Amino acid sequence: MFEYAPAPESRSVVDIASSYGLFINGGFVDSADGRTFKTISPASEEVLAEVTEAGPADVDAAVTAARRAYDSVWSTMPGRERAKYLYRIARILAERAREFAVLETLDNGKPIRESRDVDIPLASAWFFYYAGWADKLSYAGFGAYPQPLGVAGQIIPWNFPLMMLSWKIAPALAAGNTVVLKPAETTPLTALLFASVCQQADLPPGVVNILTGAGATGQSLVAHPDVDKIAFTGSTEVGKAIARAVAGTPKRVTLELGGKAANVVFDDAPIDQAVEGIVNGIFFNQGHVCCAGSRLLVQESVYAEVLDRLKRRMATLRLGDPLDKNTDVGAINSREQLTRIRELSEVGDAEGAQRWSAPCELPEHGFWFPPTIFTGVTQAHRIAREEIFGPVLSILTFRTPAEAVEKANNTPYGLSAGVWTEKGSRILWLADRLRAGVVWANTFNRFDPTSPFGGYKESGHGREGGRHGLAAYLR
Amino acid sequence: MSASERARLEVRKTYKLFVGGSFPRSESGRTYEALDSGGRFLANVARASRKDARDAVSAARKAFGGWSGATPYNRGQVLYRVAEMLEGRRDQFRSQLEAGEGVDRAGADEAVSAAIDRWVWYAGWADKIAQVHGSANAVAGPYFDFSLPEPTGVVAILAPRDSSLLGLVSVLAPVVATGNTAVVVSSYPRPLPAMTLAEVLATSDVPGGVINILAGDLAEVGPWLASHMDVNGIDLAGVEDPELAAAMEQAAADNLKRVLRPALPAWDVDDPGIERMTPFLEIKTVWHPIGV
Repeated sequence: MFEYAPAPESRSVVDIASSYGLFINGGFVDSADGRTFKTISPASEEVLAEVTEAGPADVDAAVTAARRAYDSVWSTMPGRERAKYLYRIARILAERAREFAVLETLDNGKPIRESRDVDIPLASAWFFYYAGWADKLSYAGFGAYPQPLGVAGQIIPWNFPLMMLSWKIAPALAAGNTVVLKPAETTPLTALLFASVCQQADLPPGVVNILTGAGATGQSLVAHPDVDKIAFTGSTEVGKAIARAVAGTPKRVTLELGGKAANVVFDDAPIDQAVEGIVNGIFFNQGHVCCAGSRLLVQESVYAEVLDRLKRRMATLRLGDPLDKNTDVGAINSREQLTRIRELSEVGDAEGAQRWSAPCELPEHGFWFPPTIFTGVTQAHRIAREEIFGPVLSILTFRTPAEAVEKANNTPYGLSAGVWTEKGSRILWLADRLRAGVVWANTFNRFDPTSPFGGYKESGHGREGGRHGLAAYLR
Repeated sequence: MSASERARLEVRKTYKLFVGGSFPRSESGRTYEALDSGGRFLANVARASRKDARDAVSAARKAFGGWSGATPYNRGQVLYRVAEMLEGRRDQFRSQLEAGEGVDRAGADEAVSAAIDRWVWYAGWADKIAQVHGSANAVAGPYFDFSLPEPTGVVAILAPRDSSLLGLVSVLAPVVATGNTAVVVSSYPRPLPAMTLAEVLATSDVPGGVINILAGDLAEVGPWLASHMDVNGIDLAGVEDPELAAAMEQAAADNLKRVLRPALPAWDVDDPGIERMTPFLEIKTVWHPIGV
């Protein structure tokens, strides 16, 4: 591997306050009971800021502010005016993209290359796309006079903090709802910086409220009687708990949950491109991706070749300082997640699969796990069934297309899948049979605000993106 | 006295379940009395048990691949054929509605007409819903990207209690027109129109197992369907007890079933909309790069 000189992005573009309040009704306020927690950089374990933990009283205050804004301003505002606020937000995010990218990388641990080139541009694009829907809702296919739902409670994960915020807030606001959003406890900072974007855009107070906190804060939000809609992205376990909690209430719910995607490589696939797709599929964002291609299914006849080239490619991945522009693989988001990845990998060893990790030096501080593959994996192995949510790939083989479909669908999840082959008819044949909400053919991990994304089966229900994404926020 | 002058004794029908294209009795051996609107005995009807519900789910699962894989044009034709045969059973449905729902002849006739027309309406959707509910997505990059609706899988339907034919058709037809297979629990007090529909289906081109009809108490059978891990969606239309509905919705969360909450809209509307089809459709998005 070539030696590269360090090329770190400067931290000076972002000012991190030592502590943050809750963003309620257009301003930052302290919590009712004064509880706080710290958010750290997972790459160094350095404390970045102290953040407020919202309790039930704060949730109530935020929902009340959102309700007032809904009744008095947002639901009655003409769509073309709402649109202009969203366009403003899209533009401000683009203008402050570098600031957001650096902050995201600091708080999350992901490589600056990804936050700069994927997360932040997509977040801005998401607002720009849905801005245009705000005054065109009667053309969205939900009747001539679709109505907003009211106050949306939104809970997002730590893997794509600002991007997930945009997936939630943009369609909700475009449709005329107001929101109370809770970012994940390990990655609250870009959501708090987004509050300042709302202020710069002169968004009416209460339209967007941001509550930091952990699971208990989320539970209070889900349980609040004046919330009309819950949108959640996260684990299947919590998704099921939310589905139970809203049962018997009028609350609407959409869930975007876990996955265990199959990435299927046929013997006629362009191997170099497929290897790039495999690497992107599982090592993008350290594998902290619900739609990650975490099960590789290779046709037996090319197994040896694919494995060999994959290992060679993995050996060139650069793991380290997420702020370095050369870095491919950043830090694991938290100690807790690192523990889970280690434990499941040890289960893989214990169950008889063979582990191979890219030879790379792990930094002394922070949370790190090398890009890793397991061969000799069977469908019964836990590493082939459970979502690891880390840079760990399980490799299985198949002989016939029918066997590939059978194995790919052999999971309670159904979020995404990949297919690599030069044969067009085979792509469509497979795409038809894969029980997954997104099928990437000869590509992987592509996202776009116009493109519906979401799962089959236990990967959740509802779609985000596109015209379909509006359905979650209209009646 | 000649034979023709004697009052002829009617041959009564045994009302059984409809599972996998056959008419089994309940494995539990139980029956219950279906009464007319005045409380008089009409028939003994097989009363479905948990085991019957599970058999119906396996039949529906077995039928799913073929039905969802059939061309939408073919599904539309097969369902339209059902409507043709419903017309032929008009008198039977009418008298069952008169007896069961206590409506007069004209009212029953109207309900039968509306039910047949509704069936035709949904049959016509089979090959159109993809264009209305799918999309081509203008992504910002060199990719061809499209989204298509696909059936969710096996859907359990707890049919409305009062509207025993029009209500039944209004909840069943949208589920199967979109390529799902169904397990229906019919109206407990008024099961006969559902059983007559089963006879129509049995002699139609609808493959066995695509539609399974259980007569029985939804409070007894419904929870088993709600918690069944091989059921993908559940329509709680006919669950009138809010606590029971909430319990079933909770049970449905075990495998994240798609849930349509209880609703008893006016069934006799001109245009029922597409909102009973879309809850049991998944959107699949496919990406492919564009290049030479």
